[in-house]
Amino acid sequence: MNIYQEELLDHYENPSNYGTLPNPDISHEEDNPLCGDQIRIDLLVEDDKIKEVRFCGHGCTISLAAASMLTEEIEGKSLEEVKQLTKDDILDMIGIPLGPVRLKCALLALKVLKAGAYGIHSWPGEEDK
Amino acid sequence: MHTAHFRPLDVESIRKDFPIFATEPPLAFLDNAASTQTPRPVVAAMDAYYDTYRSNIHRGIYRISEEATEQYERAREKVAQLINAPRSRQIIFTRNTTESINLVAYSWGTANIREGDEIVLTVMEHHSNLVPWQLLAQRTGAVLRFLEITDEGLLDFTQLRDCLTEKTKLVAMGHVSNVLGTINPIQSVIEAAHAVGAKVVVDAAQSVPHFQVDVQQLDCDFLAFSGHKMCGPTGIGVLYGQLELLEEMPPFLGGGSMIRSVEREVSSYAELPAKFEAGTPSIAEAIGLGHAVDYITQANLAAIHVHEQELLKYAHQRLKEIEGITLYGPSAPHQKMGVISFNLEGIHPHDVAGVLDTHGVAIRAGHHCAQPLMERLDVIATARASFYLYNTMEDVDRLSEGLCRTQKLMTRRR
Repeated sequence: MNIYQEELLDHYENPSNYGTLPNPDISHEEDNPLCGDQIRIDLLVEDDKIKEVRFCGHGCTISLAAASMLTEEIEGKSLEEVKQLTKDDILDMIGIPLGPVRLKCALLALKVLKAGAYGIHSWPGEEDK
Repeated sequence: MHTAHFRPLDVESIRKDFPIFATEPPLAFLDNAASTQTPRPVVAAMDAYYDTYRSNIHRGIYRISEEATEQYERAREKVAQLINAPRSRQIIFTRNTTESINLVAYSWGTANIREGDEIVLTVMEHHSNLVPWQLLAQRTGAVLRFLEITDEGLLDFTQLRDCLTEKTKLVAMGHVSNVLGTINPIQSVIEAAHAVGAKVVVDAAQSVPHFQVDVQQLDCDFLAFSGHKMCGPTGIGVLYGQLELLEEMPPFLGGGSMIRSVEREVSSYAELPAKFEAGTPSIAEAIGLGHAVDYITQANLAAIHVHEQELLKYAHQRLKEIEGITLYGPSAPHQKMGVISFNLEGIHPHDVAGVLDTHGVAIRAGHHCAQPLMERLDVIATARASFYLYNTMEDVDRLSEGLCRTQKLMTRRR
């Protein structure tokens, strides 16, 4: 399957939740040193639930589309639920197989989210390595 | 550069030596600045070692070990001839260019660089010719100075005189930029550096595979390159050094092979080149490199250079037709090698490379291990196409057509 399929391109061209929040409870930004992609995620948390989320940054189709999909997924969810998200959840959202290099693009947003919200700094899927 | 008479490359027959191009349509492999493909004769030479005389070198008192030693040392002679090194013991086998430069930084650098000394680099260096000097500067208190480039991507030569002073102990410079393809006026730099008593390290990873490099004509102090960018295998690289420098330098890695005699507390070291080749080296890879030298020499380096210049000219012409493309580096083909960095407006270079891949065209995208240069160009990354002896005009056509398709796909609704 072609990695440049409609759904990904839609998210890339019209990303959900793109932007920043004025007074976020959590705001975190990281880049992928391999390619320079950069993503920032802002969260507004109420009763341990993610009330609002925004992301911004620059990167390739895969990294920005994955970030867009991730923000749709986590809005309204509890912090505990979101903490359980894994590499495979992101791959399910994207729905196409990725090689090791593009995998990092896809996982950057989740990495930023987990580092900002839970202080987990490893790449998703590499927690035990 | 050689301009003697030569037969043009028979690209069609060369391509038959590379099974990777046997598919239909063939792979358009345009990432040669990163690593090149390996022809059958090189693989066959390594197979012959593994199949018929596999053994360690310099030790065994039996026939196949003697043959392995002979072939390993024969490879050293071929490399020495390729770059016109006066003696083959001036050729040190390493893993790659990076290890060669680190060898100089640790061994020569630690023995000769003091606090306040200056090391002159350029802003277009590959990280392999930057980070070892940063580490050396941190260890010794030396200062790094950088030569800038013009907007055309050429070395700012006027700045050289101000940069070179009696404080300058070392100049480390790429012969050809792996991003811009710029051919640096290395010979003039070496003359100017020697005039102030500085030594010069040449990162020749992007030059030795593509045209005749003569270390005696250049009069460089050290020169480093990799086997895997010149039709050879991975895991084998070369450091050339001036004889008196190599002889004075302390060892880099300690271990077997590099010693003369070992006592409990101290050892004395082997002569060159063994002093710098501790442990069992990459034997098959060195033999493979020797055959890669044969391969590109038989094809003829001057012919390779002309072929790449033709590809470059044609690629410039085709890519310039594309709206919204930015090409980086010198615009005159004679100032550069077969490397083209570019960006398509509004499209991340990863996506450019990703879409091209779906059309069987392999190019590089990223910072190309040259982040300070990316910053100077004010880009996050670029896409890069780079040529070698087996590339064709059709490869360039497929690149150009692929870029147009990328634009259509990625900017559908704008």
